[in-house]
Amino acid sequence: MSRADAGAMPARPSGIRRLLRGEAAQGLVLVSPTFLYALLLLAAPLTLVLLISFWTQDYLELDRTFTTANYAEAWSDPLYRLLMGRSLVISGVVTLTTVLLAYPIAYFVAFHVERNKALWIFLITIPFWTSYLLRVFLWKVILGYNGVLNSALLGLGLVDQPLTFLLYNANAVVITLAHAWAPFAILPIYVALAKIDRSLLEAAEDLGDGPLRRFWRVTLPLSMPGVIAAALIVFIPTVGDYVTPRLVGGTDGLMIANMIQVQFGKANNAPLGAALAVSAMAIVAAISLVFLWLNRRFTRGGG
Amino acid sequence: MTDDRPRGRALIELDRVEKRFDEVAALKGVSGSIMEGEFFSLLGPSGCGKTTLLRLIAGFDEPTRGAIAIDGKPMAGVPANLRPTNMVFQSYAIFPHLDVAQNVAYGLRRLRLGREETARRVEEALGMVDLAGYGKRAAHALSGGQRQRVALARALVMRPRVLLLDEPLSALDKKLREQMQVELRRLQRAVGITFILVTHDQEEALIMSDRIAVMFDGEIAQLASPETLYRRPVDRRVASFIGVMNFFDARVTGESAGLIELDVAGLGPVAIPPEQAPGGRNAAGTTVGIRPEMLTLLFSDTERAEHEVSGEVVDAVYYGDMTYYDLKLPGTERPATVSMRNTAGRPVLRPGDPARVGWGRESVILLA
Ligand SMILES: Nc1ncnc2c1ncn2[C@@H]1O[C@H](COP(=O)(O)OP(=O)(O)OP(=O)(O)O)[C@@H](O)[C@H]1O
Ligand SMILES: [Mg+2]
Repeated sequence: MSRADAGAMPARPSGIRRLLRGEAAQGLVLVSPTFLYALLLLAAPLTLVLLISFWTQDYLELDRTFTTANYAEAWSDPLYRLLMGRSLVISGVVTLTTVLLAYPIAYFVAFHVERNKALWIFLITIPFWTSYLLRVFLWKVILGYNGVLNSALLGLGLVDQPLTFLLYNANAVVITLAHAWAPFAILPIYVALAKIDRSLLEAAEDLGDGPLRRFWRVTLPLSMPGVIAAALIVFIPTVGDYVTPRLVGGTDGLMIANMIQVQFGKANNAPLGAALAVSAMAIVAAISLVFLWLNRRFTRGGG
Repeated sequence: MTDDRPRGRALIELDRVEKRFDEVAALKGVSGSIMEGEFFSLLGPSGCGKTTLLRLIAGFDEPTRGAIAIDGKPMAGVPANLRPTNMVFQSYAIFPHLDVAQNVAYGLRRLRLGREETARRVEEALGMVDLAGYGKRAAHALSGGQRQRVALARALVMRPRVLLLDEPLSALDKKLREQMQVELRRLQRAVGITFILVTHDQEEALIMSDRIAVMFDGEIAQLASPETLYRRPVDRRVASFIGVMNFFDARVTGESAGLIELDVAGLGPVAIPPEQAPGGRNAAGTTVGIRPEMLTLLFSDTERAEHEVSGEVVDAVYYGDMTYYDLKLPGTERPATVSMRNTAGRPVLRPGDPARVGWGRESVILLA
């Protein structure tokens, strides 16, 4: 190639270069790592689970003929229905507890902390730097038969026998999960509260509302997007949690994810496990949609 | 000159009101009365404490020292929701989760008027601000001017004793602003509610108000009618904040027959009555102010004025109906501005042209 040709190169770019220079191409290049990531880590496993849920386990092999038998079993067997129902109830209670606990904290930081709000938020997250397992075992120590709580109650003479309803049941699961998810609920509620224009609160007061009415008519509705986000953030992962019920739930506190684990493991029935997983996902998705719809109603205004 | 004594009954009384925010003294002892049914304006540059004073009257903050009374009742410790005031916020503060009618009805709920009476009052208030039929609109589907009118309707529907308006027009474009100025003034006359308007726009204050408090740096510099403020400003700050003013260095040379004798740089000696020194007087170096329209260019030799002085045109700005001239006068550095109406046959002078300026002693204001 002559020097003249080399000099002309930048003016007439080759095919690939021209492609890469287009705006759309640049966009594609920019999103492609994320896209690949999503494809490999989200879409591929999900598709696999979905596929397996329509197959049948044949000892060590998978029979790949299409069947809906797994779903029929997942939705009709009383045990699965019980576990699914219990998961939803436990998650629901966890969500409610977490949001109710998180709201006052978020409110306090948003409205009553004058300086260093970020520092406060940061401090709130410190307990959550420890490992999740450590925190679960901490609750075991607190709630156990010979635990901190029982010792204290016995020592104070408030009870004669150690309380047994504290650990290894649904209560323990709710307490542990609510504690674990609190910071994740505080943040979105805090953001929603911090975003509320202070002049709106003054306007409510100006128009005759005392503090309680003002909270009910302005602050709460305007913070609803944060509350709903917090609820979703807590609800979606806790429905599928299996570590906490295993460690502190006893037999009464087992949830649907524990059963899914059993199906994929000991029971060696991956298709049924997959069907249970997909069903749980569908139910959670449906409930989430209701939440999102509620959110829209709160933020739309009017009507 | 209009009578500047406030008429009627004082509705709001401010008694040496002070407000400090940590190290910042936002208000340094503000006193005065606002009359029942008056259109009152707080005018001043940014940061002079207008919003602070309005918020103290509304009850969003308490004064650090001093007292506020509304309708004869001391307001210390009375929260905003129990005061007979309503506010139109600078940001309008329209509730985004409610529609227009719900916004306007917000304060009525407490009054338990019943569904029909509430709807009637809401519709009436919306009609007053020219938004009849907009009740079902969502708050976010409103233009800036419409928001402002919803905020106004929401406050008016409460039929307050005092309506507080914090720069309600500053976000509007010029045309809409001028229209709303006339509209607000008309509305205030119609409903007879006391309005307190905060603005940093002197023209707006002059057009709309019965009386104006000009504030600087946490203090009221002058509280007077628009005409008095324009014609008899007490000091240089007020004089330059309201309208255009020519300043001349001056010296008080004496006093005779009740007149103050002055020697004005560039213009010469003149004697003025004490009314033309509204801010009092200092013995030595002071300042004299003359409005541009009070100076006249004398175009022909036959035209005469009480006092005359010769100068040279430095700059001429042609506005169609008016021409503004900057003139260099002997013995003064600063050029003096003269505004002349462009009547038929009157020439427009160019820079470099010699000019004869006439003025009368009644146009001279001695500034503190
Ligand atoms: N909450 C507050 N904390 C601290 N300083 C404040 C507070 N509110 C007002 N200030 C200070 O008080 C002074 C007066 O403020 P104010 O808001 O009353 O001014 P303003 O006349 O309304 O100005 P603008 O025309 O810009 O609205 C300013 O120096 C301001 O910085
Ligand atoms: Mg202000």
